[in-house]
Amino acid sequence: MTDLHPEKWDIEINAKGSLLDLKLKEVWHYRDLLVLLVRRDFISFYKQTILGPVWFFIQPVITILFYTLIFGNLAGIPVDGLPKPLFYLAGTIIWNYFADCLNKTSTVFKDNAGILGKVYFPRLIMPLSIVLSNLIRFAVQFLLFIILYIIFILKGEHIIPNIAALLLPLLIIMIASLGLGLGMIISAVTTKYRDIAFIVAFGVPLLMYATTVIYPLSVAQAKYPKYSWLIKFNPITAIIETFRYGFLGKGSFNWELLAYSIVSTIVILLTGIVIFNKVEKTFVDTV
Amino acid sequence: MSKAIKVENLSKAYQLGDFGTGTISRDLERFWARLRGKEDPFLKIGEVNDRTIKGESDVVWSLNDINFEVEQGDAVGIIGRNGAGKSTLLKILSRVTSPTTGSVKLKGRIASLLEVGTGFHPELSGRENIYLNGAILGMRKAEIKQKFDEIVSFSGVERYIDTPVKRYSSGMYVRLAFAVAAHLESEILIVDEVLAVGDAEFQKKCLGKMGQVSKSEGRTVLFVSHNMAAVKTLCNRGIVLANGQLIYENRQLEAVSFYQTNNNTRSTFEHHGDLSSAPGNENIRVLKFIIRPLTGDSISISTGVSFEMIFFNQKAGINLDATFELKNSDEIPVFHNGVLISTNNNSKTGLYTIKCTIPPNLLNAGNYSFKLIFGENQRYLLFGADDFIGFEVENESRGSNSALAPGVIHPKLDFNVSYQA
Repeated sequence: MTDLHPEKWDIEINAKGSLLDLKLKEVWHYRDLLVLLVRRDFISFYKQTILGPVWFFIQPVITILFYTLIFGNLAGIPVDGLPKPLFYLAGTIIWNYFADCLNKTSTVFKDNAGILGKVYFPRLIMPLSIVLSNLIRFAVQFLLFIILYIIFILKGEHIIPNIAALLLPLLIIMIASLGLGLGMIISAVTTKYRDIAFIVAFGVPLLMYATTVIYPLSVAQAKYPKYSWLIKFNPITAIIETFRYGFLGKGSFNWELLAYSIVSTIVILLTGIVIFNKVEKTFVDTV
Repeated sequence: MSKAIKVENLSKAYQLGDFGTGTISRDLERFWARLRGKEDPFLKIGEVNDRTIKGESDVVWSLNDINFEVEQGDAVGIIGRNGAGKSTLLKILSRVTSPTTGSVKLKGRIASLLEVGTGFHPELSGRENIYLNGAILGMRKAEIKQKFDEIVSFSGVERYIDTPVKRYSSGMYVRLAFAVAAHLESEILIVDEVLAVGDAEFQKKCLGKMGQVSKSEGRTVLFVSHNMAAVKTLCNRGIVLANGQLIYENRQLEAVSFYQTNNNTRSTFEHHGDLSSAPGNENIRVLKFIIRPLTGDSISISTGVSFEMIFFNQKAGINLDATFELKNSDEIPVFHNGVLISTNNNSKTGLYTIKCTIPPNLLNAGNYSFKLIFGENQRYLLFGADDFIGFEVENESRGSNSALAPGVIHPKLDFNVSYQA
């Protein structure tokens, strides 16, 4: 029987959906949820702690303290003549933002199976809330960076920021997109094959050493001219180098490297979205 | 009246067994088949989902070609045994998972309560959780703000509203959670058996709220429940699912009675044909098993149950005994009682009839199944059958409370109340 008057339906549930349809309109409708989830993460992070949000500071402070002692003084890895804490902090806060986004996004389906298995809302909200929660952390740590920065300038260190510092918003978007994109790819695979979760667990800390967090790109290029392409190949390297160049005045910044990083970020993000969209519809059955 | 929901050729396949070893190669095989435009080699259409029978493939069709329409303002009860596909249907309708084939079309906003308190964070206060939970269910912040007082007073936890919910009792937790969900504004409301929580008073409140939603506010409600009394009072239509297929659709009273008479747990069994094909073995053949109420047409709490079994004994000259074990739907044995049929090694070959009654006001409402055990010298098993036959005890409303009382049994007790000033 065919309908004489085709009726208008608001929602259609089918077996397959469009791969690139992000349902941004729906995401926009659920923007309050996004805000509340970010708030939840932020508040539950320091509930029942004495120091509260100060913990956001403590972690990077102790990290750079150890980096300065071990990589800077004990191993003596040169840092382009910059103040060591500042050099490490610049790399660490960017790396942390990336790693946190990646780690959390890669287990988003598993961690939230309880909610996602019972209620529908645009699934993209979950990874987005992770990226935003971590952005708050990043902002707090960036504040720490600025404080340290001013201290060193007042101490008379010769640090000159330049125009490339204005690229910061772009850099932040790039890190978030990279973390989100890679995380979504991994999350999609881990719903079925948990093996990948193990690889991520030990792979991400190792990947840090293939990124210019504790050494400048120039040193790597000088020492291993043959293999430094591996480090350059890593899109996060360009982000960290640009950040250091912009704020500290030293770093291997060039537009080609940044352009490469932008392109690979876009490719990773798009791949992540496609895979995520494909999996989000039925992950409940396999997770 | 216009349609609110239209379900067309809806099917959903699940893979049985474990994921892990072998899945990569299987996934690649599937991918290769799809690439060539061929049918998925692991989805064999047409196999009936019956969990008691071992199927050929390890893919099971939890829903199989479901078609139905729901008018706006209808309250539809979805009934069926465990594993009939009810929850899968609700999951698809609430867009938690997507169908394997077919489509669902919906008009208006949809709110689903597959569980209460989804997304509640233990560290957050009741107030914060109301906002969070409301947003998860699709409400805007302004909307929640506007209904906040109403939600809090419905839940009855005003005093604890700024306490982290991890300090709540489980009852308070559920009350708050249901209160949020009950104040959702949507054209379609999907409810799974969330009403099986909370105390009787709160259950009544929930049922009342649901009735109000469908009757006075004209919203469409889909309600999954094993509580036939609730389906009868809350719904005006009923759908019966069995083994993933829609087997009956009508007004709710007809649907409930259809379900109760055709409930797959047979409550009468009579063997016709060869003795050797009757259930049993070379020792015992069961020929007839009839379960009926002591009074009236259907078994309910106050009617009591009588059962009668006729079997053919092929082992003469032994001490024969028969034991009946009654289990409820939670697989909890309610009793395990036996009868000595012969005590002086004098059993005879031939037909035996055992009759027995379960007194009224003993069994609680629910589904029951009998396990049969035939023994020799109360020691050696001659023949045993799990889930040989089943029956349902209907719930009865006591006063204004129609909800199912908890407990394995539901005896009628004589209370003696005295008062001293």
